[in-house]
Amino acid sequence: MAVPGVSRRAALCACLSSFASVRSRETRADEVADPNRCKLPQPGDLLVEAGVDVGTTPLKPADIGLQEVLMAWAFDPQMKVPRDGSRLNMVLLMRFDPATLGDAEKANTVDGVVGFSAICTHQQCPVTDWLRTAQVLQCPCHQSQYDPRHGANVIGGPAPRPLPALPLGLHNGVLGVAASFTDRVGGETQQGA
Amino acid sequence: MTRKATIGLMAFSASLLCGVSLGAAQADEMTSYAPVTQQRLENPEAANWLLYRRTYDGHGFSPLRQINGDNVKDLVPVWTFSTGVVEGHEAPPMVNNGVMYVTTPEMQVLALNAATGDLIWRYKERLPADLYQLHPTNRGVALWGDKVYLATVDARLIALDAKTGKEVWNTQVGDYKRGEYMTLEPLVVRGKVMVGSSGGEFGVRAFIAAYDAETGKEAWRFHTIPGPEDQGGDTWKSDAWKTGGGSVWITGNYDPRRNLAYWGVGNAAPWPGDLHPGDDLYTSSTVALDPETGKLQGYHQYHWNDSWDWDEVRAPLLINMQHNGQMIDALVHPARDGYLWVLQQTDNGIKYISGQPFVYQNAFKSLDPATGRPTYDPDHKPVAGKEVSFCPSLWGGLDWPSESYSDQTRLLYIPANDNMCGKMVGEKKQLIAGQLWLGADPESLKLVPRGDHIGELQAWDPATGKRMWTYPFQNQLFASVLTTGGGLVFVGGTNDRMFRAFDANTGELLWQQKTNSGIIGMPVAYQVGDTEYVAVQSGWGVDAQRIQTSLAQTSLKLDPAAVPQGGTIWVFALRRRP
Repeated sequence: MAVPGVSRRAALCACLSSFASVRSRETRADEVADPNRCKLPQPGDLLVEAGVDVGTTPLKPADIGLQEVLMAWAFDPQMKVPRDGSRLNMVLLMRFDPATLGDAEKANTVDGVVGFSAICTHQQCPVTDWLRTAQVLQCPCHQSQYDPRHGANVIGGPAPRPLPALPLGLHNGVLGVAASFTDRVGGETQQGA
Repeated sequence: MTRKATIGLMAFSASLLCGVSLGAAQADEMTSYAPVTQQRLENPEAANWLLYRRTYDGHGFSPLRQINGDNVKDLVPVWTFSTGVVEGHEAPPMVNNGVMYVTTPEMQVLALNAATGDLIWRYKERLPADLYQLHPTNRGVALWGDKVYLATVDARLIALDAKTGKEVWNTQVGDYKRGEYMTLEPLVVRGKVMVGSSGGEFGVRAFIAAYDAETGKEAWRFHTIPGPEDQGGDTWKSDAWKTGGGSVWITGNYDPRRNLAYWGVGNAAPWPGDLHPGDDLYTSSTVALDPETGKLQGYHQYHWNDSWDWDEVRAPLLINMQHNGQMIDALVHPARDGYLWVLQQTDNGIKYISGQPFVYQNAFKSLDPATGRPTYDPDHKPVAGKEVSFCPSLWGGLDWPSESYSDQTRLLYIPANDNMCGKMVGEKKQLIAGQLWLGADPESLKLVPRGDHIGELQAWDPATGKRMWTYPFQNQLFASVLTTGGGLVFVGGTNDRMFRAFDANTGELLWQQKTNSGIIGMPVAYQVGDTEYVAVQSGWGVDAQRIQTSLAQTSLKLDPAAVPQGGTIWVFALRRRP
């Protein structure tokens, strides 16, 4: 399993992910990336569910459970690949009663579905936890908390800024990316290149 | 071996090497270096700190005695060094004949003049941009020959030239994208560099592996979770072994006489036991491996079907001590499960001697007197779909920080957390490789304090099983312990940023110093020239901070931001009197 001599540059450039891969074999951190998979969500992309058995079926608003977190990848409809090459590309989707959303969200949502970068702005852990009682998103690493109804503003914990939003649109009945992330994706510590 | 500096401190040198950036004006050059041999590791000089716990037996004891109970009040900082990074600074400053090697978060190694604090070289590589660091820390470099060895959070083992910091080889050990990572200091035995993989919260199937110190070539790999055909594989009653955890993230100990490396193995994954039915070997166990081959020579599982996130990753201390009128080769382990276990090395493997709680524990109802196997109280064993409370909490009676055994007082010093229970609702979730996979509803994870304090520095006589003294702290205690021949016990670990020294016999607090941040690092003692030094890193983060945040949500109402972030190496010596 050891790969002596693998260069640091190869590892840094390798953003092809093993998780949520639609390829038939597993890939590793030291493999070279497909540049289309490495890109952050692009306008015109569709969205597919992230998970072990991710397919290529674009998500519809109704696929997002009310007040449930769904992790997704942007999907390049031309090349037909998910942009799962880097964990930093991951998208967090939630659906709320539209009447409960702030004004900024209403402009960027479809049928109450909001999209944000899933990457905590503190130390880059995935923000995966929805605390129903407190009605906040929480990062499992350092307990930073965000309000997804109001710009993913920081409610508590060490995160320095809100989660970047991903404006959404509707394309032929399925969710699509309307514009790029509204802010830089990632944490305070600038890892990598 | 002379203690005079084998490094020649020459003028500023500012070349940039691959993966190495020398610091600015203070950078010195090392002209000679004392190679680290097996003989030196087995019989380390008193002046040095060459292994994670200084000696292969894991005692964390320095025989140095210049600093003692009579004069420790005159202990003062003699130099500090800002590491330039934040988060958990947990590594012991390793010292070899006047050269100090310190690791920090963000894959950094610093080589310093141990007497002056002047920088000799700095190794700092960029980590992958998409790395998910659940535990942004590192616990030190291993020393062997003319190299130092760094295990990284992106699952690489890297050999550096001890004199220059230049990379000699760089081997991929695991796949960080699947949640495999490393934070431990490697253990070197006879030219084999042994490491273990973390990732118990990511559903990995963990391992211990050894690499040739010269070439970086893998020599062997031992999976801590056996497959169905392996010995112990029948203790997994489902396919859960494929993602069963068993991570290894603290340096092992070694018995040269029996040529056995003892390693601790972490929790089963995910946390609730009903999601991985069976005893689940070798999770929450000590395993004894032949360092030449990686073959299993013995094991002891402290608790079966782990359901509490009670890693037992610290290897037991090897203590030659009295038991029933005879000297035995004991293995002593104050466990995360809250029990103080005493085992015995025998020619037929590991034998159970005794077990007793050192903190309040409500999960075990009894122990089998022959084997030590616990029976459980089902009301305090987490399962999916039900809120369960249990004591101690998932951080246990003692998490990863190391206890210390004084070869002088023959007492064991445990940095314990008592009166800190927890509760959770187990949750069955699909594993997504590389994503956190706890098996618990995140909203249900709570700490429940009880009693009037939490932290305790405890002194035990392992031969008699008696607790000799206890020093209480109001909140959590989360740092490793150093004992010295000066009759002292050093420890940080509290959220008031203090570093403290205690009388090893009485537990009397003799000295304390407030530092820049909180200390979760491992203190060491060493000598250069005629001077004894005590060194420790101050840099709060990782689980000490998580406990702080969790206790903020309890009746204790701690301020989650009370401990400032920052990383600094502190070095102390006695104030010179005119």
